[in-house]
Parts: sequence; structure tokens; C-alpha cells
Amino acid sequence: MALKHVIETERCKGCGLCVDVCPKDVLEISDTVSAKGYFPAFQARPDDCIHCTLCCVMCPDVAITITGSEEKTAEKTMEEK
Amino acid sequence: MGKTFSKPEALTDAHTHYCPGCTHGIVHRLVAEVIDELGIRKNTVGIAPVGCAVMAYNYFDCDFQEAAHGRAPAMATGIKRVRPDLMAFTYQGDGDLASIGMGEIVHAANRGEKFTTIFINNAIYGMTGGQMAPTTMPGQRATTAPEGRDVEKTGMPIRMCELLSSLATPGYISRQTVLKPKYVNKAKKAIKKAFEYQMENRCYSFVEIVSTCPTNWGMTPLDALKWAEDTLLPYYPLGEFKTPEE
Amino acid sequence: MAKVLMKGNEAIGEAAIRAGCKNYFAYPITPQSEVAEYLAKRMPEVDGVFVQGESEVAVGYMIFGAAGCGERVMTTSSSPGVSLMSEAISYIAGARCPAVFVNIMRGGPGLGGILPSQGDYFQATKGGGHGDYRLLVMAPEGVQEAVEMTMKAFDLAEKYRGPVMILGDGLIGQMMEPVEFPEDFDATPMNNDDWATSGMDTRKTDKRNLVKSLFLDPKALNDHNLLLKAGYDRMRQEEVRYEGYNTDSEYKILIVSYGTMSRVCKTAIDTMKEEGLEIGMVRPQTLFPFPEQAVHDAAAKESCSHVVSIELSMGQMVEDVDRCVKGQRPVTWYGECGGDIPTPEEIIDHIKSLLKN
Repeated sequence: MALKHVIETERCKGCGLCVDVCPKDVLEISDTVSAKGYFPAFQARPDDCIHCTLCCVMCPDVAITITGSEEKTAEKTMEEK
Repeated sequence: MGKTFSKPEALTDAHTHYCPGCTHGIVHRLVAEVIDELGIRKNTVGIAPVGCAVMAYNYFDCDFQEAAHGRAPAMATGIKRVRPDLMAFTYQGDGDLASIGMGEIVHAANRGEKFTTIFINNAIYGMTGGQMAPTTMPGQRATTAPEGRDVEKTGMPIRMCELLSSLATPGYISRQTVLKPKYVNKAKKAIKKAFEYQMENRCYSFVEIVSTCPTNWGMTPLDALKWAEDTLLPYYPLGEFKTPEE
Repeated sequence: MAKVLMKGNEAIGEAAIRAGCKNYFAYPITPQSEVAEYLAKRMPEVDGVFVQGESEVAVGYMIFGAAGCGERVMTTSSSPGVSLMSEAISYIAGARCPAVFVNIMRGGPGLGGILPSQGDYFQATKGGGHGDYRLLVMAPEGVQEAVEMTMKAFDLAEKYRGPVMILGDGLIGQMMEPVEFPEDFDATPMNNDDWATSGMDTRKTDKRNLVKSLFLDPKALNDHNLLLKAGYDRMRQEEVRYEGYNTDSEYKILIVSYGTMSRVCKTAIDTMKEEGLEIGMVRPQTLFPFPEQAVHDAAAKESCSHVVSIELSMGQMVEDVDRCVKGQRPVTWYGECGGDIPTPEEIIDHIKSLLKN
């Protein structure tokens, strides 16, 4: 079952913390401004996403969620990071 | 492969007013996750400071009081003394806690009041626009230290964990940060431990979080994380300074 | 219930407990430290809370935090200490929390003295802290009234959801008088804490409560102040208390005086009455709301040629008296504030000198 990585554009302030921390270089800052006047992050290479939640952990605005059912916990990878 | 991630129940849906990349947001989420995991949301009273987090009550879905600048520890004392069954936490910045509120935090910790303090140390006054704080670094610019903090005239930055852990009263004193995911996870563990000590009615608990203030440091959010790691962490070492078991 | 001889400070402490207040936070300051000493012993006996704070500033906010949970709570202090609490009093009024403050006044300004004074009239009635709040202020003339007013203060604080102050002075705190505590006093808190941060579980609700005073939106803050003002206007309608003394006589001069000072005036009035000289007095029991109509009407009496406000201060209540007399009669002040209290004879001499000119 696939996990779904979602960035809520209206919540994102384009701070870039998620882009920097992503181990797979999936995320980028968009060049289209959001309604709130920020340039939100987005998944430039969604297929590379391994749903490790590091972007979620670093996001100050809880703008990133990952839904669906967990296949196996990735607790380990987070510890090493 | 991977995990799910969602907004904790103890956080409201409100968009925060914090600046892009401000780590207040991360700490809010950690506190909310801990409140959810310990199942105490409907028995918790938060006390907001005066500073950037003055409207923290818009972001937490639990009873909240709003303190005068620096007085949250006294209000939390009042709450815990009349209602020891309620979980109480103060959420304070460095101007609020280490400057005007120094008397209150030291005495609350020394009385061993059974509440938890989340102390955001970002070495600057945020809400009022970048003035020097007690934790501002030597030479660090602030609007009231235009040439950089002159320790000859203003003294050295205050290390709250070291100061509070010198008190003889038992307590849990820990300094953490949220500059990287590994730090975030440790910070969450410390916050959880702090609330658990409160649930056990064991001791006063204090978690300092070295944080960033991109706007008033005049840096991008990422540069701010880097500057904090390079400049703040050496002066504000992480770790547990005191636990009631000692 | 039998009368018991009690020191004012201790009687005030006991009065709080009898009124169902089990939470007391305070800081020592002469001339009222005995309240704290008394309650340090008594509160544990009734499973109450006693905390000595690190400063009156901190105490003010311990009171705020506790009051914010919907619990009855009191503190006592004296003039300089009340100055330090004034910020908290403003916050408590702004956040609409019931709380009882007792000021056993001492000489000022600054460190001043430790003897009785009424120098905090302005601080109490015109707002010692910032913003448009008012304090309901009751001024006892002795230990018995101090007890009754203290007990009543908790109901009034809850009725108006705000801070209430008992304004005594060093004498009232330090002297001993026979006291009788009312037997059938209903000490159950009035409001049902639907607004307090008493814990969602306690209220069995999913709606959280906020105790705050920040309103950044100008319209919201103005509306909030109108709400507070409505309460103060209601106080003016429903809570004015005063005593007329010898006001049925054809008095030549009207005294306006409160607290300890007014008791000395009563002796002077009685003495002059025996000499055939009629002098009347209006004694405000509430300083806010001030007995405006009573003072106005008493001054208007045909026989009355002069109004004098006798206070242990350099003349503060005299401004309110003058405001209420509205020019019908000359209004002057008499008093002193170093800690000595004018004797009946001194008052009689002053009254006679007023009559001469």
C-alpha cells in the first residue's frame, strides 16, 4: 500500500528546512507564489521519496503529512540521521 | 517502506504567525506530540509568555493562561498549588524567562514547583524586533547592541541550565536543540521525560531548546540553523544537567 | 457564636478561611505580616494552600494563576507591596478573574513609614496599574468590619469577575478587638467556573478555556473595555455602601472620613454634640463605588455650611468629595500622614476654627 506524502501549500512558508534535510533530494522551492505570498516547497522528484519523515520532523509549520498505512517502521533511519 | 506523519491532536489547525523557518513551530509540535502520547491534553493548562509565543494558545488545543512578561512561572505556581492534579507547562522565550522573569524562574525551580518549563533560547528578543537578550552572544548584533554585544558593558550571556542546576532542590534540567532531526528526536525525549516527572509529581522540570530567529538574526532559515550550531551550541552545551535521581 | 478577641491581621486571615478561601499567597511586609504568619499555621489545618512568594510581583501572578483556575484566592500586603502587585491587578481585571487583595496601608511615598496611613486612596480607587480597570474597594473602620468585608469580598469578586480590595491601615491590622464570625455564611463559590482553566476533564467538555487579556484587534479591545465598564457601572448602581453619622441632626459642618480616621471623628462628633454643637459625617464603606449621591445630598443640607474631608493623607478623597459636592459648599481637607493619628481634640479644634471663619 503506497504512502502519500503531501505538502499543504497554504501552510508552507517556503523556509527550505525540508528541502535541506531530505536525504533523497526530492524537494525544491516552487517558483509560483502561494496565496499567502510564500514560495512553497514541493516534491520535484516524488518517486524518490522514501517516506522517512525527516522533512516532517524539521517542518516548523506541520505543512507536510504522510498518510496511508505504515509498511514497516523506519525508526532506525531516523536515529542515524 | 516509510512511516506516516500527521499533525498531533494537541495542535490546533491554526496557521502560526511565526516567521518562515522559525523553530518555535517545531518545538510547539514536539510539546503537542508529547501531550498526545501521554494522554494529558484535557487535563493540561499551558501558560503563554509575552514574546513571539504570546499567542501560543492559538496553536495548542488545551486550557491556556496568558502571563505578563516574565511571570509565567509564578502563574504556574499558582495553578499547581491550587490544582496539583492539573498538568501545567510554561512556554517562555529568553527575554521573558532570563531577563524580566529571572526572579520567578529561579524561585519556582528552587521551590521545586511541579510544573514543566519549555525555554526557547534564540539569543535575541523576537517579538519586539531584535533587541539584545540575556542570552545574546558576545559581539552578536542586536538593535540595542548595534556594534555587537559589548560584554564589558552588558556582561556575558546567561546559561540558564547551568544556573538552575546549581540549585540544591531536586529537578530535571536539560538543554536540547532542534537544529537537526537527530536533535529534534532527543529534544522530544527530554520534553516527554519532563512531563513524565510532572505526572509522577516528582520534581520541577525545565527543558531549554536552543532555537533560531532568522528574521532578527538577519539570516536565511538555513544559515540560521548553521550559525546556531557553530556559535550557540559551543556556548550552550546540550545534555541533562540535573535529574531528580541524582 | 461568641466574640473572640483578635488582632486585625489574624482576623482577616481567619475571615478568608471562613469564606471558603483555601488559597493564600503572600510576601512579608510590615504592618501586615501577621496575616501570613497566622495562615502559615491555619491553612494546613484546613487542607489549604499557603505559599510565601519571592516578591509581591510573583505573588500577584500566583494569585492570577490560581484565580484563573476558578479557585478562591487571596493575598494581603501593604502599600509598597501593593505597588508591586499593581501590574498583576490590572492583568487580573483585564482577564476577568475573581481575586481578593488586602492592603493594610502604611506611610508613603517610597519606603515612607510603617505606621497607619490612608495614602493609597488614589492607588486603590483610581487604578494603581495600567489601563481602564477599576477596583471595588471596601474600607473597614475596625476589625469586625474588616472580617465582614473580607468575607463579602469573595462573593463580590465572583459576582463581577474581577479583583476586589480591602483597604485597611496599619491600625486596623495591628489592633485587637472582639470579633464575631458570622455562623451561617454560604461559602460556596458563585460562578460555576465555565470560564476558568480548570481542566477540560474537570468541566467534562471538549471546549478549552482561555484566561487572557491580550486583544490586538482595536475593536475587540474596545468592546472588551466596554464589557468591563458595564461591570463598573453596575457596581455604582448596586454596591455603594456608606454610613451616615449624626446626619439626622442640623449639623453645621459635614465631615467625610473613612476607616480608622472616621472612628476618631465619631468620638469628636459625640463630644461636640454634648456641647450642643451638631456635626455630621458621611463614612464611605466603599471607596469605589464612591457614595456620590449621599455626599452630595448631605452637603446640600440647609444647616451645613462647610464640608471637610478628614484623611490620614495629604488630601486624596477630598477630590472626590469636592467632585460630588459640586460647589454647593466649600470643601477642604484636614489630616496628616506621618503615622500619627489626629486626636478627637485636634479634630474638634479644627472644626471650631472652620466655624469661626
